[in-house]
Amino acid sequence: MIKDITIGQFFPGESPIHRMDPRMKLILTVAYIVMLFIANNAASLLVGVIFLLIVYPVSGISGKMVLRSVKPILPIIAITAVLNMFFIDGEVLFQLWKIRITDKGVITAVMMCARIVCLIAGTSLMTYTTSPIALTDAIERLFSPLKKIKLPVHEVAMMMTIALRFIPTLIEETDKIMSAQKARGADIESGNLVQRIRALVPILIPLFVSAFRRAEELALAMECRCYHGGEGRTRMRQLHLGKLDVVAACVTAVCLAAAILANVHIQVFVLR
Amino acid sequence: MAESILRTENLTYKYSTGTVFEKAAIQDINLEIEKGQFLGIIGHTGSGKSTLIQHFNGLLKPSSGKVYVDGEDMWANPKAIRKFRFKVGLVFQYPEYQLFEETVYKDVAFGPGNMGLSEGEVRERVHHALKLVGLPESIQEKSPFELSGGQKRRVAIAGVLAMEPEVLILDEPTAGLDPHGRDMILDLIRDYHAQRKNTVLLVSHSMEDIAKYAPKVLVMSKAGIFAYDDVKNIFDRASELERLGLSVPQVTKICRKLSELGYPVPPDIYTVEQARDCLLDLLGKGAAR
Ligand SMILES: Nc1ncnc2c1ncn2[C@@H]1O[C@H](COP(=O)(O)OP(=O)(O)OP(=O)(O)O)[C@@H](O)[C@H]1O
Ligand SMILES: [Mg+2]
Repeated sequence: MIKDITIGQFFPGESPIHRMDPRMKLILTVAYIVMLFIANNAASLLVGVIFLLIVYPVSGISGKMVLRSVKPILPIIAITAVLNMFFIDGEVLFQLWKIRITDKGVITAVMMCARIVCLIAGTSLMTYTTSPIALTDAIERLFSPLKKIKLPVHEVAMMMTIALRFIPTLIEETDKIMSAQKARGADIESGNLVQRIRALVPILIPLFVSAFRRAEELALAMECRCYHGGEGRTRMRQLHLGKLDVVAACVTAVCLAAAILANVHIQVFVLR
Repeated sequence: MAESILRTENLTYKYSTGTVFEKAAIQDINLEIEKGQFLGIIGHTGSGKSTLIQHFNGLLKPSSGKVYVDGEDMWANPKAIRKFRFKVGLVFQYPEYQLFEETVYKDVAFGPGNMGLSEGEVRERVHHALKLVGLPESIQEKSPFELSGGQKRRVAIAGVLAMEPEVLILDEPTAGLDPHGRDMILDLIRDYHAQRKNTVLLVSHSMEDIAKYAPKVLVMSKAGIFAYDDVKNIFDRASELERLGLSVPQVTKICRKLSELGYPVPPDIYTVEQARDCLLDLLGKGAAR
């Protein structure tokens, strides 16, 4: 059933990572991404892997979820690996006609793949442990200085929140409309491409109609409750930086420092 | 006993199988519905009524158990499931949200069109269905989106009636309508049933409507069948129904109170008409104290 698709991929929990301030999680995720990109040899990449090996068990998110998040980008990883393996010069390990595989190529391919996997696993951990609402809240706070230069930060964050809120509703609605049209004999599952696209019309039109109706109703309801934008609004959920956040920041800082040191001093399998 | 048109065998359906949210919405349902029956289905919110009826035209596939339509196992050949969709017509709750065509005519024609009927046949069925639901010819070329809520509802019901299904199932067809609109829709369903002698299943939260229209009632509770009997036997069990969060019609309550007070009022009065006749009778006899 279409409803079983998970979007946002948030897994509620009570782990220290879940309880962290979303702003800190966001900042540390960015720091981790930076760390992965400055890592230029095997030792510093290893630090990135170790970081994940620490935080995933702490978060209580199972390793299976890492596989699930990596699955959609497997083709990208494969292409990266192939390109690196065949097109980097070095000592030839294996040659077949014009195709050569070099030692450097293999090393680079492995390391690039490791980097991409870490990148995905690291960023997914944030979405796995942070509710979408908390995330938009954090984004709004972090970007609020931009209000000074007249960027509508609050409005954008509000739109994101509302969109996220309505994804499950719309999925449910799609499910219902699909059932209703199937009950009238609509054939959604078979036929050629043109027929299949045409078969979507009876589903999409009622869906759009109801989405617009909902949007209108929501706007009206918000106005009735005196919503007038972000100015002077207080929040129900206050964000606090706590001990946990300090600890997490320290751990990340140590890893970042280790990665930089490894970059400079332990030059094993240097990339490029 | 007449031949059965719908039959289930240990029918169980679970939502969200394989996740932590797994939950049986209906469990071990064994049910046989006779041809030509007008069956009312009642049950508290979440008892599994909507889930059950969606099995009768193959929108939901049983987690376990079987569904037979006219003696035929529905899921014997999953590819042929559309056949059953035409045989068993299902009108969803708030069906007006499924309207999508530019004109009322085209929308009602969607179902018959999918059946692969000739254009002439489709035209005839659409005209007939719109007449059944009491909508004027002039409405046919209007956009369904510019009608009133009640009119939209009738167009949506016509869309299923036009398929002329052997079994017609309606999931709370009167939710959110005014009393006049409600009576109109239920009357048209009754007339349709009387004319065609086909099977009708009506899900409703209104005991009054059930009492007035359905000679036989299925009571669902907690994913199972609580009772399946004639309307009289069902409403005799008032206290049990109340424990399920259901009730008996208001007028039945009044009559039972009267009979407790010593008036010779029979306890099996379920509709206002019955009560009126009975009370007039009583007054005429001058039996009032
Ligand atoms: N799409 C769904 N996903 C998960 N659970 C569902 C879904 N639809 C229904 N359920 C659950 O299945 C159970 C039965 O629901 P169902 O809709 O059949 O009840 P109902 O008797 O029709 O109730 P109502 O009178 O409110 O319409 C409920 O507990 C409900 O929470
Ligand atoms: Mg229901």
